[in-house]
Amino acid sequence: MTDGIIDTSIVTFADKIESNYSESTGFMNKSLIFHFRPKTIKSKTLDFTLTFGLGGMALVLVTLLFGTGLLLKFYYLPFPDRAYDSILYLDKNVMFGLFIRNIHYWSANILVIVTFLHFLRVFFTSAFHPPRQLNWIIGIGLFLIILVFNFTGYLLPWDQLSFWAVTICTSMMEYIPWIGRWMQTMTRGGAEVGPSTLSIFYAAHTALLPALIIILAPFHFWRIRKAGGVVVPEGDMKNDLKVPAIPDLILRELVTALVLTAFIFILSILFNAPLGDPANPGLSPNPTKAPWYFMSFQETLLHIDPFFAVCVIPVIIAIGLIFTAYSKYPSNSGGIWFISTRGRTLSIVSFTGTLLFCAVAIIVDEYFIDFALLLPGIPQWISNGLIPATIVFMVFSAFYMVIGKLFSPDKNEKVQVVFVFFITVLISFTITGVWFRGEGMALIWPF
Amino acid sequence: MSTFNKQNAQSENSLPRRSFLKGLWIALGIAAICEFIAVVFTFINRGRAGNNSEKESAVIEAGRADSFAPDSVTANIQGRFYLCRMKDGGFLALSSKCTHLGCTVPWDDTERRFVCPCHGSSFDITGTVITSPAPRPLDIYPLYIENNIVKVRIAEVKKRDSFLRDQLVYAKKEQI
Repeated sequence: MTDGIIDTSIVTFADKIESNYSESTGFMNKSLIFHFRPKTIKSKTLDFTLTFGLGGMALVLVTLLFGTGLLLKFYYLPFPDRAYDSILYLDKNVMFGLFIRNIHYWSANILVIVTFLHFLRVFFTSAFHPPRQLNWIIGIGLFLIILVFNFTGYLLPWDQLSFWAVTICTSMMEYIPWIGRWMQTMTRGGAEVGPSTLSIFYAAHTALLPALIIILAPFHFWRIRKAGGVVVPEGDMKNDLKVPAIPDLILRELVTALVLTAFIFILSILFNAPLGDPANPGLSPNPTKAPWYFMSFQETLLHIDPFFAVCVIPVIIAIGLIFTAYSKYPSNSGGIWFISTRGRTLSIVSFTGTLLFCAVAIIVDEYFIDFALLLPGIPQWISNGLIPATIVFMVFSAFYMVIGKLFSPDKNEKVQVVFVFFITVLISFTITGVWFRGEGMALIWPF
Repeated sequence: MSTFNKQNAQSENSLPRRSFLKGLWIALGIAAICEFIAVVFTFINRGRAGNNSEKESAVIEAGRADSFAPDSVTANIQGRFYLCRMKDGGFLALSSKCTHLGCTVPWDDTERRFVCPCHGSSFDITGTVITSPAPRPLDIYPLYIENNIVKVRIAEVKKRDSFLRDQLVYAKKEQI
């Protein structure tokens, strides 16, 4: 199919588009689609390995979530004494009730993965270079909204798992200086997780966040269109070749959407969304874990003073992400995976190095070193916070300097090395927290 | 273009009433936005006053003072606290909420300590931290003994940096 397109001249295509557009028959309303897609696109855009269709997948999942969410609203009751029973009723007595809830559950979890991969794709193809900086920030905003979306939905079944996960996650807020306590009371609607928390989470999950996503997501898509479509490498031979969006793009998008939907349906048939015992505020399960997408926070809290884990590190990351988009780069590497061959090598080196470092650091901190015990009398935020943070920073700086000496990377590649460091820490902490932590959050071997 | 702008600016300067009204509109607009935000925030900041006044009077009667053996820990489910009696007969009402991330800590009677299931913090009978990550001892509730009955004020939770002897409350009989 693609070969045929390359062989044909541009003139023929223009004609074809014209004739397509004037045809009113067909299974789709073309003029409607042209509101969302340009008539012609660069042929390079169709390369699956350029984008992996992740942005489109996210949209498909959001659509599935809106659909199933609306259905769930017909049965769910947002009150502590009735929420759990309404879910039980839905699972047991409603035709397709469990299936709809499973689709909602799996779409939500996979949406976090897909949007995270989309974020990685955008970074590693340098799709944040001008004029796309603002869209990078909007995208991160959307990712945060999706996390809060998942988190607020997590509480709604009101079982042991959700009650305690929300308790410890909202307790983390307490460690944010000055505004933490206020944020916590606002989120919980009181001092403890209780009825007001449930109604606040329900309102956020079913009204506030959907509204935000309906406003922000189209803005995100429109910015891509304004930037001239999906990022493509400069001077690629396929850039000059234009192909019609209908059918070349639309059919591919449709196939991706259908395959993904089928995948979600299969998951929903095979694996049920979890529902534990009803929430019991007097009994914490052992171990109590945050939802998996917040596990890196909980894992960080095990190693470092809360002020650093919940406040200093997130602020550094936020500044870093803004800096990534808005600083000046020597070259435009847009559309090229990992910038260059050297960039690819550096990414692998940074990934492997960080992975090893994390593994060693977690084990050493777990079994061998306790700074608070070694340095009694010093405030905990220094002994357990500043000192480990400085050590990590120094190790990374040394590593960074060695890389600089060996490879002499340019600024694009240097930023990429730092990015890979943070992402690898995030991934390895999440994996450790989810699979390698057992009773009392002690390290265990999962298999 | 630039001359037009200049003229425009001049004409605006020569019409102080117009610029004044324009400024007034902007000021009113900002004030309206501030009011709107304030209304939303006070609306969302629900029931704080109501909840507190209801809770302030909340006192739980834990039971007769002599019904608690020395060196024992009794859980009070209703008030979510532990009534601990030291070896010397002093009482302490410990919050059952871990100071790390708010999990409920169960008392392990064989180990003689509170062990948090979430992150492995542990506390002794006075609430003092034995193993971190908990940053401070378990919070306490003020308690008093009236007519030999232990009463705990569950509305006022008290944070502390360490266990001090004066946090203990004794029944009058034993003090004499």
